[in-house]
Amino acid sequence: MEPGLDPDSIMTLEAFADTIVPGNKRFPEDRAIAGESSDDGAVAAGALDLLQSPAGGVAQWLPALAQGLNAYAQGMFGGNADDSVPPFVALSYEQRVALVNHLTTQDTPERQGWVNLAVFSNMAFDSAAHLHTAEALAAGHPGLQILGFAPPDSDGRWRFPHASYGRQLSQSHPATTPAGNPS
Amino acid sequence: MTVHEKTDVLIIGSGFGGAIAAYHLAAGGARVVVLERGPWLAANEFDQDFRVGSSSTRIFDFTVGDGMSVLAGNCVGGGSVVYFATMPRAPRYTFERHGSIGRRIWPAAISRDSLEPWYDRVTESLPVTEQRWQDVPFAGGLWAAACDRAGHTCNAVPSAVDVSLCTNCNWMMSGCTFDAKRSLLLNYLPGALAYGAEIRPLHEVQHIARLESGDFEIAYHVLDEVDYRQVNETGSIEAKIVVVAAGTAATPVILRRSEPYLGSLPDAVGKYFSGNGERLNTAVLDEGRVRDLLGLDRGNGVAFEAAQIGRGPVAACWDWLDGSLPEYERFSLEQLYFPPGLGTVLAQAPGPDGPVWFGREKKEMLRRWKSWLTIFTMSEDDNEGVFGAPPPTGNAVRISQQMFGVGALRYRPTENTLRGWVKSDAAVRDILERDGLGQVLPWTNEVIGAYTVHPLASCRIGDDPATSALDDRHELRGQPGIFVTDGSAVPGALTVNPALTISALAERAIPGIVAAARARGVEVRYGAPVPTPAATSARPASSALRSS
Repeated sequence: MEPGLDPDSIMTLEAFADTIVPGNKRFPEDRAIAGESSDDGAVAAGALDLLQSPAGGVAQWLPALAQGLNAYAQGMFGGNADDSVPPFVALSYEQRVALVNHLTTQDTPERQGWVNLAVFSNMAFDSAAHLHTAEALAAGHPGLQILGFAPPDSDGRWRFPHASYGRQLSQSHPATTPAGNPS
Repeated sequence: MTVHEKTDVLIIGSGFGGAIAAYHLAAGGARVVVLERGPWLAANEFDQDFRVGSSSTRIFDFTVGDGMSVLAGNCVGGGSVVYFATMPRAPRYTFERHGSIGRRIWPAAISRDSLEPWYDRVTESLPVTEQRWQDVPFAGGLWAAACDRAGHTCNAVPSAVDVSLCTNCNWMMSGCTFDAKRSLLLNYLPGALAYGAEIRPLHEVQHIARLESGDFEIAYHVLDEVDYRQVNETGSIEAKIVVVAAGTAATPVILRRSEPYLGSLPDAVGKYFSGNGERLNTAVLDEGRVRDLLGLDRGNGVAFEAAQIGRGPVAACWDWLDGSLPEYERFSLEQLYFPPGLGTVLAQAPGPDGPVWFGREKKEMLRRWKSWLTIFTMSEDDNEGVFGAPPPTGNAVRISQQMFGVGALRYRPTENTLRGWVKSDAAVRDILERDGLGQVLPWTNEVIGAYTVHPLASCRIGDDPATSALDDRHELRGQPGIFVTDGSAVPGALTVNPALTISALAERAIPGIVAAARARGVEVRYGAPVPTPAATSARPASSALRSS
């Protein structure tokens, strides 16, 4: 993990990740988490860990992305009435969604940065890409748990011995060749 | 350190196009060196792990372009190591397509009939086998049952998976640790090694230069095995023949970067890219209706909840693979598995103001992931992709140590392509939303544009020099001695999975490459039988052979 993210940047990036996969507030005064969900979201799943991992390659841009998010928040929604938190964090969930939609669909070169941020936030939740999958499952990783991703066998490999309904459930195309190909 | 040496045939890439060429040329007596930009992993090194840095990111590249992202293999064995091993032959009508050029885009010499013997060879070698319904995993069975109920047919698709070894773990995109998937690591590549070919992993070719002698000098970087952004060594190698099989998203990039060293290239190098008309729809199924409407039960009281179980795509509806339909309105609809992460981020949920790919509603959709069924459209696009100026090295500016990069491909789907997608979306909805069976939405194209796992045609064969980079023998026009045998040579979308067609075309190209090599003084003959599993099973292309 690379050092150097200040508390405001962390809070801003957490608010972004929470917009991608919303979670519940970690403590009553939690401002980064909008509180749109009753259980853990991308932040609890480890989005900041994945974003800051050297392997991910986006860590170096995080301070600039956090700054950009706050600048856009101010530009799009006016002055910050609540200056106790960064402007993006001060937005409502709906405002955050509108801004993320704008950033990830605008036709500009910087779009890739926002898309990366969104994809990494998503991957931290959906696939725990910063952790070994078997270990993440054993530790109750919130994203893999919510998806219902099945655990491996005791040797760490996945096997599904019973995997088929075991019968033909449709007719094949009438023009199928004897070897099973389209004609 | 800079290395310089000589060989007869230099092959760039070790996927289908490279491995098939390597086997035949080595078997025929040529000195063959294969430069592969990715690492070399054996079955016991394929992780079942989503962690960044595991095999899933080491052997796989996700290259984001402007309007089109490409997923491709990046390892010894190329696409065959990460693919789903679904191996149908292309329908007859695809060879008759006119596409955007107003004439047949395939060379006159190639039709389904003329390609059959070459299909047969690859089918024998891998091998490709028919699938039995009793082995079709739940997701394929469900798709078949839904198609049947909607008045459609559905086929179990020919596959290069040895079902007796398969555990239905659905980790095949990370490489098959059980060797159930018949990748090139089990046939052509060990065959090539047995005949003395050398395969060098982590060697990323940068450019090809033509020497005064008419031979070639190929310049490469040796990449760090963890951080592919880091160059540890450079070198070059001389060869009399070059086979470019770096993959559709890399072959034209290497060639364009080589233009100052080769002289003028055909206009079609880096143009006419096709994404095979690919598109995805995901249904969230109503488990109660799966039971009531389709009569399905896994035997444990659960109707489906089996998104995780299986081996990629096994069942496809081919009702729209119909030559009597207008071009651009023909497509196959194939049941597919994509793992969480890449397979979930672009899926859409109904939101308050339309479909959404992130946020509150998407999280609720993720809660029902076990009941997801993803349907893969392969249709006819318009070859509208064009590569821009090559990046400084490789085929992309790498963002992450592995996997993620940004390439120079630009793709704006035409009305023809969009029409096919609209029709296929409607067909999927009709089948899977009937009587409330599920709720279907396409993956968003607004975030990274379109996407493909089957990039094609960026350096294609054809009879028309203005619209094809290669002649019908796969030789680069105006550049004798350079051949291209990967997916970039396929002229256009196939409406089915293309790996078998890419392989058949590579097999077909070999006699011409052998003849060209002989004309350049290489002592090589054509005629080796294809490597069969029995002949090569004792020598898998695994780590044990690297030092031999």
